[in-house]
Amino acid sequence: MRKPASAFAVHGILALYTALALAPIILVIMNSFKAKRAIFNTPLQPPMPWNVDLIGYYKVFGDSSVGIYYLNSIAVTVGTIFFTLLFGAMAAWALTEYRFRWNTLLALFLSIGIMVPIRLGSVSIIQLVSDLNLINTLTALVLVYTAQNLPLSIFILSEFIQQIPKDLREAGRCDGLSEYNIFFYIILPLLRPAMATVAVFTMIPVWNDLWFPLLLAPTGGKQTITLGVQQFLGQYITDWNAVLAALSTAIVPVLLLYVIFSRQLIRGLTSGAVK
Amino acid sequence: MAKPQQHHLVGMSDAAFYRVLLFFLAPAVIVYTTFSIYPLLDTIMNSFYDRQNDGSQLYVGTANFVTLLTDTTWSGPFWNAFWNNCKFFFIHMLVQNPIGLALAALLSLPVLRFRSTYRTLIFMPTMLSVVIIGFTWQLILSPLWGIAKMFLQFFGLGFLFGPWLGIESTALITISLISVWQFVGIPMILIYTALLAIPDELIDAATVDGLNQFQAFFYVKLPLIWPTIGLVSILTFVNNFNAFDLIYAMKGALAGPNFSADIMGTLFYRVFFGNQLQLGDTSMGSTIATMMFIIILCGVMVYLFLIQRRMQRYSF
Amino acid sequence: MLKTTLKTMLLAAVAVGAMAGAASAGKLTIESWRNDDASIWKDKIIPAFNAKHPDITLEFTPTAPAEYNAALNARLEGGTAGDIITCRPFDASLELFNKGHLAPLNDLASMANFSDVAKSAWTTDDGATTFCVPMASVIHGFIYNKDIFKEVGVEPPKTEEEFLAVLEKIKANGSYTPLVMGTNDQWEAATMGFQNIGPNYWKGEEGRKGLIDGTQKLTDKPYVNTLAALAKWAPYMGDGYQAQKYPDSQNLFGLGKGAIYAAGSWDISTFRAQNVNMGAFKAPPPAGASDCYISDHTDIGIGLNAKSANAADAKVFLDWIGSDEFANILGNELPGFFPLSNAKVTLSDDVAQEFVNWRGECKSTIRNSYQILSRGTPNLENELWNVSAQVLNGTMTPDAGAAQLEDGLKKWYAPHQK
Repeated sequence: MRKPASAFAVHGILALYTALALAPIILVIMNSFKAKRAIFNTPLQPPMPWNVDLIGYYKVFGDSSVGIYYLNSIAVTVGTIFFTLLFGAMAAWALTEYRFRWNTLLALFLSIGIMVPIRLGSVSIIQLVSDLNLINTLTALVLVYTAQNLPLSIFILSEFIQQIPKDLREAGRCDGLSEYNIFFYIILPLLRPAMATVAVFTMIPVWNDLWFPLLLAPTGGKQTITLGVQQFLGQYITDWNAVLAALSTAIVPVLLLYVIFSRQLIRGLTSGAVK
Repeated sequence: MAKPQQHHLVGMSDAAFYRVLLFFLAPAVIVYTTFSIYPLLDTIMNSFYDRQNDGSQLYVGTANFVTLLTDTTWSGPFWNAFWNNCKFFFIHMLVQNPIGLALAALLSLPVLRFRSTYRTLIFMPTMLSVVIIGFTWQLILSPLWGIAKMFLQFFGLGFLFGPWLGIESTALITISLISVWQFVGIPMILIYTALLAIPDELIDAATVDGLNQFQAFFYVKLPLIWPTIGLVSILTFVNNFNAFDLIYAMKGALAGPNFSADIMGTLFYRVFFGNQLQLGDTSMGSTIATMMFIIILCGVMVYLFLIQRRMQRYSF
Repeated sequence: MLKTTLKTMLLAAVAVGAMAGAASAGKLTIESWRNDDASIWKDKIIPAFNAKHPDITLEFTPTAPAEYNAALNARLEGGTAGDIITCRPFDASLELFNKGHLAPLNDLASMANFSDVAKSAWTTDDGATTFCVPMASVIHGFIYNKDIFKEVGVEPPKTEEEFLAVLEKIKANGSYTPLVMGTNDQWEAATMGFQNIGPNYWKGEEGRKGLIDGTQKLTDKPYVNTLAALAKWAPYMGDGYQAQKYPDSQNLFGLGKGAIYAAGSWDISTFRAQNVNMGAFKAPPPAGASDCYISDHTDIGIGLNAKSANAADAKVFLDWIGSDEFANILGNELPGFFPLSNAKVTLSDDVAQEFVNWRGECKSTIRNSYQILSRGTPNLENELWNVSAQVLNGTMTPDAGAAQLEDGLKKWYAPHQK
């Protein structure tokens, strides 16, 4: 960026696109604080003292379960990320590092999952979960989501493991470290940036999924926040105050969580661990 | 998938070696096989059976596939959904990925201020639930609320506004663009990560050679990130042919008007689980699911054997 | 850094395991698509039942209407559905019964409180077994905004001609959307449009039965004329009605921006909550019609999951659903859902009462696609949604629409193949 003109253009383009990405979200959050007539008649006006109305939020938080739904979503998401990363990294390591007879076949087998549409096996999954007595539990969701995210996790982590200089592991072996120690103390820390990427990609669909919570854990206080919001929307569909408040309630924590995670991600990306 | 590297584990017995393998592979393989592969196989099995009313399964061979592809009652909707899905995919390839690439290229420019702020903010829509995205855009495009209309009128383009989501010729395109808007962050961040991994020395050398930023991007960086772009393309393909939520959230299971927004996912859902008075059909639903699987498999095979093989992996 | 992250995640994973405990036992759960009514069930209906049977615990767990059939089927297959199942009318529930998911309820004492017509929606073709307790019917018609009618100076129309004249006058006034309905969700076009005005054309039950036994075709005059009448609505519908969803319609009328709302009686409670000064008129018959017909559709029943572990308790509850007490609660707490039992119910809502009055003035029928005709592929109900929406959008002529409907039915329904 030597010339200010081109710097200006670059910032202009990025700012414009950022605005495009944020405008709809801001619109929803902004209007969620307004009275119903104001939402309809002056949608582009920010909340002002004369048009503020928090009735939507009273309705959302009047439903005392919102907190529990959040905890459910957090537990499911964190549990899934943990197992997806751990099992995924272990498998990716074994597949890229060791030569054994079924290696290529196993790698292909594990990559089938990238192509499995999420809902194709629903009925079988329900039967399975029901046989295991896990209906209406968060464990069922964690298991299903882990199975679904493992292939992509293995795929991405394998690519990264290949880029780790071979000397590093050889040095470890020469120092007499066991294979387990090489993995946990040398490889795993180096995978941090890749794991951050996988974590973000795992987190999004899991947090936002509606389908499996609906089928596997629809009641009994085990609803995730996405399902909770959907049920709430269904109930108050014509009440735009409540709808916008519910949407904002679902949006804001995800974005906060993301901004926190994002720091990790940047640090990982720029730490030069891979370079 | 990655090729195993030449490697000998010096001084390790076979038994110990297999213990290591078992330790690293068993957890992933067990969870994955039980909750992903088994249900999938079960579904494929179902496509060769006709489910009777008493719950028993009658083996019918490939009859379900013949019905799906030759009986106009089934083949019409099937090919309609297939072509719509192709359009959905092309729009993503032509709009989402180039924008993602461009944004990533700009973000990876050296000495860019607010880099992480831009990146974080542009990625935000990707974080949100499709339920929320669908709802939000519907409100914005709603002729009733009229935000999109006001916006266009501000630029003197009010006449361009129409109920895009409700018109046969524009519904699918509109939904595709909303999907692009939401998911552009994924190609952006994948390509951005790849661009960051390119050693600075290469770029420096290029600039010393007198190339400007644009030339450096096209002649130095772009060739190095082709594998990532290949990866992004195949992920887009797989995601698009699995897509369901957004269309379902905005247009319902009938994906109207006149099935103009119907894609494989909505067709599968409608047949498998039924609609208002239409009963769910496990056998035909499984048949469609199997066809989706085959289509996606073909795409992935093309990628693995034709595209990925030709790309040179860059290593340092 | 990594270690603490791992530790946090491990703790969280353990917490997931701990939360996974204890499934609830001995509680009856009710599956329903009526999520709009969740608070009424929680605050009125269940407490009223518990006043008589304090030992039975009930939980109302609705699923959004669009997902109900799919989610319920999946849960029934997986054996995880609730004890009490809210039943869609006719074939959808019949199929559940045939598959053994719903228990027969012939021995329920309160079944005696229902007429055969009421029970027909949840009875096997041979009439032998009833598998759901009839709960409520819904009636179609039009709800109008009294204030707007007064301002524009029009009266509720009595014939189709008057109806169009009223719409024209409101349109000329320019301040309001004359007719509130959208085609985005498609079912509105079929249900609030086609099934609302159609019975006047096909003479209610006469036409409905004619379609079933094959003596009438969907290409016959009454059906083409219904579609043609529907097509005339287009100029009076709101700006961009092609993208207007059902909740949009409810808001448009609820906020007083629309004059006439093509209704189902269940909408009454929505508009009551928004304090609309409203009245209702029945589907205006076309010129030359001597009788009038209304769609009085058996819509909701309630049945027993055949695999319920609490069948005895569930039957106590279902028996109570058939009681006069429940009929009174339902009719008044949910105006617009009309109890199907023979109980004498006094309705406190005047608009709901207006809808019920039509039963005395006109002949009742149910929606013609619900019994038998939606058993095959292509499904007549789906086809009706598609065709009605397209006719209203102006992308299909009434003749072409009727032809498509008949072609679809002919593909699998023997009486129409002659």
